[in-house]
Amino acid sequence: MTEEATNPMRDAIASAISENPVLLFMKGTPEQPMCGFSARTVAILESVGRPFAAVDVLPDPRIRQELSALSNWPTIPQLFVDGDLVGGCDIVTEMYESGELQEALGVENAEAANGPLEVTEPEQAPPMSIENRLG
Amino acid sequence: MVSVSSDELKQRIESGIPGARADVTGDGHHFNAVVSAPAFKGLNRIAQHRLVYGVFGAELGDRIHALSLQTKAPEQET
Repeated sequence: MTEEATNPMRDAIASAISENPVLLFMKGTPEQPMCGFSARTVAILESVGRPFAAVDVLPDPRIRQELSALSNWPTIPQLFVDGDLVGGCDIVTEMYESGELQEALGVENAEAANGPLEVTEPEQAPPMSIENRLG
Repeated sequence: MVSVSSDELKQRIESGIPGARADVTGDGHHFNAVVSAPAFKGLNRIAQHRLVYGVFGAELGDRIHALSLQTKAPEQET
Protein backbone atom coordinates (compact mmCIF):
# COMPACT_ATOMS: atom_id res chain seq x y z
CA MET A 1 0.00 0.00 0.00
CA THR A 2 1.53 3.32 -1.03
CA GLU A 3 0.72 6.82 0.18
CA GLU A 4 -0.75 7.56 -3.24
CA ALA A 5 -3.09 4.59 -3.14
CA THR A 6 -6.72 5.27 -2.50
CA ASN A 7 -7.53 5.04 1.14
CA PRO A 8 -11.23 4.25 1.53
CA MET A 9 -10.98 4.18 5.30
CA ARG A 10 -9.49 7.63 5.52
CA ASP A 11 -12.00 8.93 2.98
CA ALA A 12 -14.86 7.45 4.98
CA ILE A 13 -13.57 9.08 8.15
CA ALA A 14 -13.10 12.43 6.43
CA SER A 15 -16.61 12.40 5.00
CA ALA A 16 -18.09 11.33 8.32
CA ILE A 17 -16.37 14.33 9.92
CA SER A 18 -17.59 16.75 7.27
CA GLU A 19 -21.13 15.36 7.12
CA ASN A 20 -21.89 15.16 10.82
CA PRO A 21 -21.96 18.50 12.65
CA VAL A 22 -21.31 16.80 15.99
CA LEU A 23 -19.36 13.56 15.72
CA LEU A 24 -17.76 11.48 18.44
CA PHE A 25 -15.20 8.78 17.72
CA MET A 26 -15.29 6.49 20.70
CA LYS A 27 -14.63 3.01 22.04
CA GLY A 28 -17.95 1.20 22.03
CA THR A 29 -21.31 2.83 21.44
CA PRO A 30 -23.15 5.56 23.33
CA GLU A 31 -25.39 2.81 24.76
CA GLN A 32 -22.43 0.63 25.66
CA PRO A 33 -19.17 2.54 25.98
CA MET A 34 -16.13 0.28 26.32
CA CYS A 35 -13.84 2.77 28.02
CA GLY A 36 -14.28 5.20 30.91
CA PHE A 37 -13.13 8.19 28.89
CA SER A 38 -15.59 7.47 26.11
CA ALA A 39 -18.36 6.91 28.67
CA ARG A 40 -17.67 10.24 30.32
CA THR A 41 -17.64 12.10 27.02
CA VAL A 42 -20.95 10.53 26.00
CA ALA A 43 -22.47 11.45 29.37
CA ILE A 44 -21.38 15.07 28.91
CA LEU A 45 -22.76 15.28 25.37
CA GLU A 46 -26.03 13.76 26.50
CA SER A 47 -26.27 16.20 29.34
CA VAL A 48 -25.65 19.13 26.97
CA GLY A 49 -28.49 17.76 24.88
CA ARG A 50 -27.22 18.39 21.38
CA PRO A 51 -27.74 15.27 19.23
CA PHE A 52 -24.52 13.71 18.05
CA ALA A 53 -23.32 10.97 15.77
CA ALA A 54 -20.89 8.36 17.02
CA VAL A 55 -18.36 6.04 15.43
CA ASP A 56 -17.07 3.00 17.30
CA VAL A 57 -13.36 2.64 16.57
CA LEU A 58 -13.06 -0.83 18.06
CA PRO A 59 -14.37 -3.06 15.23
CA ASP A 60 -11.35 -2.33 13.03
CA PRO A 61 -7.95 -1.06 14.26
CA ARG A 62 -7.53 0.86 11.01
CA ILE A 63 -10.28 3.28 12.01
CA ARG A 64 -8.26 4.49 14.95
CA GLN A 65 -5.02 4.47 12.98
CA GLU A 66 -6.42 6.52 10.11
CA LEU A 67 -8.34 8.84 12.42
CA SER A 68 -5.24 9.67 14.45
CA ALA A 69 -3.23 10.22 11.29
CA LEU A 70 -5.92 12.56 10.00
CA SER A 71 -6.56 14.47 13.22
CA ASN A 72 -3.00 14.46 14.58
CA TRP A 73 -4.44 13.36 17.91
CA PRO A 74 -3.31 10.12 19.52
CA THR A 75 -6.13 9.15 21.83
CA ILE A 76 -9.79 8.15 21.77
CA PRO A 77 -12.39 9.63 22.25
CA GLN A 78 -12.23 12.51 19.78
CA LEU A 79 -15.03 15.01 19.42
CA PHE A 80 -15.50 16.94 16.19
CA VAL A 81 -17.83 19.91 15.88
CA ASP A 82 -18.47 21.42 12.46
CA GLY A 83 -15.53 19.52 11.04
CA ASP A 84 -13.00 20.64 13.64
CA LEU A 85 -11.40 18.57 16.37
CA VAL A 86 -12.55 19.95 19.71
CA GLY A 87 -10.56 17.49 21.80
CA GLY A 88 -10.67 14.36 23.86
CA CYS A 89 -12.25 13.62 27.19
CA ASP A 90 -10.09 16.05 29.19
CA ILE A 91 -10.76 19.04 26.97
CA VAL A 92 -14.45 18.23 26.60
CA THR A 93 -14.72 17.98 30.39
CA GLU A 94 -12.94 21.30 30.94
CA MET A 95 -15.05 23.01 28.30
CA TYR A 96 -18.22 21.57 29.75
CA GLU A 97 -17.34 22.83 33.21
CA SER A 98 -16.54 26.31 31.89
CA GLY A 99 -19.62 26.47 29.65
CA GLU A 100 -17.52 26.70 26.46
CA LEU A 101 -18.77 23.35 25.21
CA GLN A 102 -22.41 24.39 25.46
CA GLU A 103 -21.49 27.53 23.53
CA ALA A 104 -19.56 25.59 20.87
CA LEU A 105 -22.52 23.26 20.47
CA GLY A 106 -24.97 26.14 20.28
CA VAL A 107 -26.87 24.93 23.32
CA GLU A 108 -26.84 27.68 25.90
CA ASN A 109 -29.22 26.00 28.25
CA ALA A 110 -28.85 22.30 28.92
CA GLU A 111 -32.39 22.22 30.29
CA ALA A 112 -33.68 23.02 26.82
CA ALA A 113 -32.45 19.63 25.67
CA ASN A 114 -34.39 17.58 23.19
CA GLY A 115 -36.33 14.52 24.09
CA PRO A 116 -34.98 10.99 23.76
CA LEU A 117 -32.66 10.60 20.83
CA GLU A 118 -33.63 8.31 18.04
CA VAL A 119 -31.18 5.85 16.66
CA THR A 120 -31.46 5.42 12.94
CA GLU A 121 -29.88 2.80 10.75
CA PRO A 122 -26.38 3.66 9.60
CA GLU A 123 -26.36 4.65 5.94
CA GLN A 124 -22.99 3.13 5.23
CA ALA A 125 -21.98 -0.44 5.03
CA PRO A 126 -18.98 -1.66 7.01
CA PRO A 127 -15.96 -1.34 7.46
CA MET A 128 -16.92 1.80 9.32
CA SER A 129 -20.40 2.39 10.59
CA ILE A 130 -21.73 5.63 11.91
CA GLU A 131 -24.41 5.63 14.45
CA ASN A 132 -26.46 8.54 13.28
CA ARG A 133 -28.27 10.17 16.12
CA LEU A 134 -28.84 13.48 14.40
CA GLY A 135 -32.30 12.57 13.21
CA MET B 1 7.06 -4.36 29.69
CA VAL B 2 8.57 -2.04 32.27
CA SER B 3 5.95 -0.12 34.15
CA VAL B 4 5.97 3.65 34.07
CA SER B 5 6.31 5.91 37.07
CA SER B 6 4.72 9.28 37.65
CA ASP B 7 8.21 10.67 38.26
CA GLU B 8 9.41 9.45 34.89
CA LEU B 9 6.49 11.16 33.15
CA LYS B 10 7.07 14.35 35.09
CA GLN B 11 10.75 14.42 34.16
CA ARG B 12 10.10 13.68 30.53
CA ILE B 13 7.48 16.39 30.20
CA GLU B 14 9.70 18.91 31.99
CA SER B 15 12.73 18.07 29.86
CA GLY B 16 10.73 17.75 26.65
CA ILE B 17 9.00 21.13 26.88
CA PRO B 18 11.27 24.06 27.81
CA GLY B 19 10.33 25.67 31.12
CA ALA B 20 7.47 23.25 31.74
CA ARG B 21 6.30 22.34 35.20
CA ALA B 22 4.37 19.11 35.56
CA ASP B 23 2.50 17.50 38.42
CA VAL B 24 1.85 13.88 37.62
CA THR B 25 -0.07 11.30 39.58
CA GLY B 26 -0.89 7.79 38.51
CA ASP B 27 -0.95 4.08 39.18
CA GLY B 28 1.58 2.89 36.59
CA HIS B 29 -0.98 2.69 33.78
CA HIS B 30 -3.38 5.60 34.13
CA PHE B 31 -1.88 9.00 34.78
CA ASN B 32 -3.11 12.47 35.42
CA ALA B 33 -0.84 15.40 34.57
CA VAL B 34 -1.23 19.10 35.20
CA VAL B 35 1.27 20.91 33.04
CA SER B 36 2.11 24.56 32.71
CA ALA B 37 4.67 25.89 30.25
CA PRO B 38 5.54 29.22 28.68
CA ALA B 39 5.30 27.48 25.30
CA PHE B 40 1.54 27.09 25.85
CA LYS B 41 1.00 30.83 25.68
CA GLY B 42 -1.25 31.78 22.80
CA LEU B 43 -2.03 28.16 21.95
CA ASN B 44 -5.49 26.65 22.24
CA ARG B 45 -6.02 23.54 24.34
CA ILE B 46 -5.69 21.21 21.38
CA ALA B 47 -2.28 22.61 20.51
CA GLN B 48 -1.18 22.58 24.16
CA HIS B 49 -2.15 18.94 24.57
CA ARG B 50 -0.43 18.06 21.28
CA LEU B 51 2.83 19.43 22.66
CA VAL B 52 2.59 17.12 25.66
CA TYR B 53 1.47 14.12 23.60
CA GLY B 54 4.42 14.82 21.32
CA VAL B 55 6.81 14.09 24.19
CA PHE B 56 5.56 10.50 24.34
CA GLY B 57 4.65 9.69 20.76
CA ALA B 58 3.65 6.08 20.19
CA GLU B 59 4.07 5.20 23.88
CA LEU B 60 0.67 6.76 24.49
CA GLY B 61 -2.04 4.17 24.49
CA ASP B 62 0.65 1.51 24.61
CA ARG B 63 3.20 1.66 27.40
CA ILE B 64 1.39 4.62 28.91
CA HIS B 65 -2.13 3.33 28.87
CA ALA B 66 -3.88 6.60 29.53
CA LEU B 67 -2.77 10.13 30.27
CA SER B 68 -5.30 12.70 31.41
CA LEU B 69 -4.10 16.22 30.83
CA GLN B 70 -4.77 19.67 32.08
CA THR B 71 -2.62 22.33 30.50
CA LYS B 72 -2.19 26.00 31.14
CA ALA B 73 0.17 28.81 30.32
CA PRO B 74 1.89 30.05 33.51
CA GLU B 75 -0.20 33.22 33.91
CA GLN B 76 -3.40 31.39 33.20
CA GLU B 77 -4.24 30.07 36.62
CA THR B 78 -7.92 29.30 36.08
